Amino acid sequence: MDFLIFQAPMLMVQATMDGLVIGIIFALVAYGMALQWGVMNIINIAQGELVIMGGYIAYFLYIAGIHPAFGVLLSPIIMFFVGVGIYKLVINKVVDRDLFISILATFGISILAQQLMNFAFGADVVVADSGFGTLMMFDNSVVLPMSKLFSASVCIISAIILVAYMKRSKLGRAIRATAQNARAAKILGVDTEKVYAATFGINAALCGIAGACVAMTFTLHPYTGLPYTIRSFMIVIIAGLGNLPAVAVSGMGLGVFEEWSDYLLGTEFRIAAVFSLLVIILVYRRFKLARKREYLK
Amino acid sequence: MNNLKKIFITFLSALILTVANTSSSFAKVEGDTIVLGAAISLTGKYSSNGVHTQNGYNLAVERINSMGGVKVKGKDYKFKIVYYDDESNSGRAAQLAERLIKQDGVQYMLGPYSSGLTKAMAPVTEKYKIPMVEANGASRSLFTKGYKYLFAVLAPANLYLDVAVDLAVEKNGGKPVNIAMAFEQDAFSQDVRLGILDAAKRTKSKIVIDDKLPKELNDMAATLAKVKAVKPDVLVVSGHTKGALTAVKQIAEMKVDVPMLAMTHCDAAKLSKQHGKKAEYALCASQWHKTLSYTDAFFKDGMTYDADFKKAFGYAPPYQAAESSAALLVYKDAFERANDFNTKKVRNALAKTDMQTFYGNIKFAKGGQNVSKPMVLFQVICNSDGSKCENKVVAPTKWASAALVHPTPSWSKR
Repeated sequence: MDFLIFQAPMLMVQATMDGLVIGIIFALVAYGMALQWGVMNIINIAQGELVIMGGYIAYFLYIAGIHPAFGVLLSPIIMFFVGVGIYKLVINKVVDRDLFISILATFGISILAQQLMNFAFGADVVVADSGFGTLMMFDNSVVLPMSKLFSASVCIISAIILVAYMKRSKLGRAIRATAQNARAAKILGVDTEKVYAATFGINAALCGIAGACVAMTFTLHPYTGLPYTIRSFMIVIIAGLGNLPAVAVSGMGLGVFEEWSDYLLGTEFRIAAVFSLLVIILVYRRFKLARKREYLK
Repeated sequence: MNNLKKIFITFLSALILTVANTSSSFAKVEGDTIVLGAAISLTGKYSSNGVHTQNGYNLAVERINSMGGVKVKGKDYKFKIVYYDDESNSGRAAQLAERLIKQDGVQYMLGPYSSGLTKAMAPVTEKYKIPMVEANGASRSLFTKGYKYLFAVLAPANLYLDVAVDLAVEKNGGKPVNIAMAFEQDAFSQDVRLGILDAAKRTKSKIVIDDKLPKELNDMAATLAKVKAVKPDVLVVSGHTKGALTAVKQIAEMKVDVPMLAMTHCDAAKLSKQHGKKAEYALCASQWHKTLSYTDAFFKDGMTYDADFKKAFGYAPPYQAAESSAALLVYKDAFERANDFNTKKVRNALAKTDMQTFYGNIKFAKGGQNVSKPMVLFQVICNSDGSKCENKVVAPTKWASAALVHPTPSWSKR
């Protein structure tokens, strides 16, 4: 199987495109994580559950006879309030504590969210059929489902809107100020409590958008949130905090790398390949950092 | 005085403990009731199938009790099941098995849902020499460990899809075929894979794709792109409900044309309901189908079971419910043949089971698996506008209620 790629070189194009569109969805989730990690210094283990919750909103639209694509509008609105609610209930109590406490707290939220979704929505795997067609390219040898294309575009548009909002709006400035130095921002009159709540809300809203896309492109199940948490965590680690272009690039890069390793190494190695890459990047980073430190001395 | 009080309390608690222990050890048969124990996934990720299992058990208990119960030594006994929720967690399942046996004094067990949980409970029941009749653990490894007290009414996992390979070879004029496989990396799916490997060897067929899908994956685009490039004669997929849904969704989206698509877990995934016409022509392995013509005295036949189950629970019984009901029929039969409540005698009677139920023939091999009931394959067939899709049994030929549509029409013609 290893040489299939040479017999059918078009597979490489297919792999790259699949990787890119999936990577974009993951990148959006990762951007939310980077945002609240940067601002509040909290690693949100429940990120994936927020995605799945957002997905279920789109799914219920679909069940109600409304096209699930409208989920990308409704889901972020509902999820924003869910995010603010979670912040007010739990996160505001751990926001100044050390990282370990916040990991434990969000881990707890993730388990609770899984069980609640299981209780409320049932343990069946569901899909929201978008009914979009398929784009055929290169004499039908490369196919791209429109649902994936739609999801990728939605994610790109939301990311652009968010960047503009963060740059231009008052809240965006306040968020950035808080991220740089919460104490100084507070002294200068920024209500950091509000900023934190809004940041967590925005993160949840981003997850909601991604979730609605996931509902249309993949499948939903209350317990499938973890891969999204892990992926976004990886993307953020590779890209660094507060660096949106890097998040987008590393998201897409990871997606493509994953698809390629599927073709070149075999499906059973794709996740192993991704994690090996993570280890290599982390080791390399440490190396570079160590060198820099020496230089500074 | 204080000392006296302490001694008295110690004595009293010791006495209570003793009484509690002795009373529970008689709990296996209380008056005219035979108590069976079961840990079922009522919450957690297996909860939908857990509920199917419980409904199947309950329907059979009710039916057997209302038809006179179990006759042992000339006296009629009723079945009763003690349930616990194992939360779809194998550690919890093993604990609960221990609890059912040690604390509740249960002497006869029914299986949980899924191979994984059955695997967790079997060592416990084996340790205490408590017979367990299970209906939802098909993994081959359950039957190779030499368990003496484990009996499964269902066909083992390696037999799930090898019928499909035989069918593909038959349709290819007896010539070997090219097989593409995509299996999730879990115990059950990998057992199904082993079955396919055996079938490929037997028919001299060639495996052209052998993908092992990571558990967390819900994207099969890479595998399907390979299928498009290699053009196999048959594509075999097993990855529980998620795998079945993902495969059908992405095959339709990517317009993958493959002459035969065979899968597991279609009815659990409610394929025809969730995907409608997209799922059409998919072949699905099933332990049971209502149109099969097996009969027994309690549920009569598949169609009657289907109707009775619908009446009781408001939905059509998936095979998980049917096999669970069959487990109770096996117990009743074994108790009556053993004519005793001694666990060893009941176990020996279970080992000699040879009966027909509405669910199929049941006869246990040495490892405890049921070898006398073949798997069936059904095909999803829709009406012309796709508004109604039905599962029709197409293989083995003996049970077929419809002709197999083969090869699957290409997407450009659908």
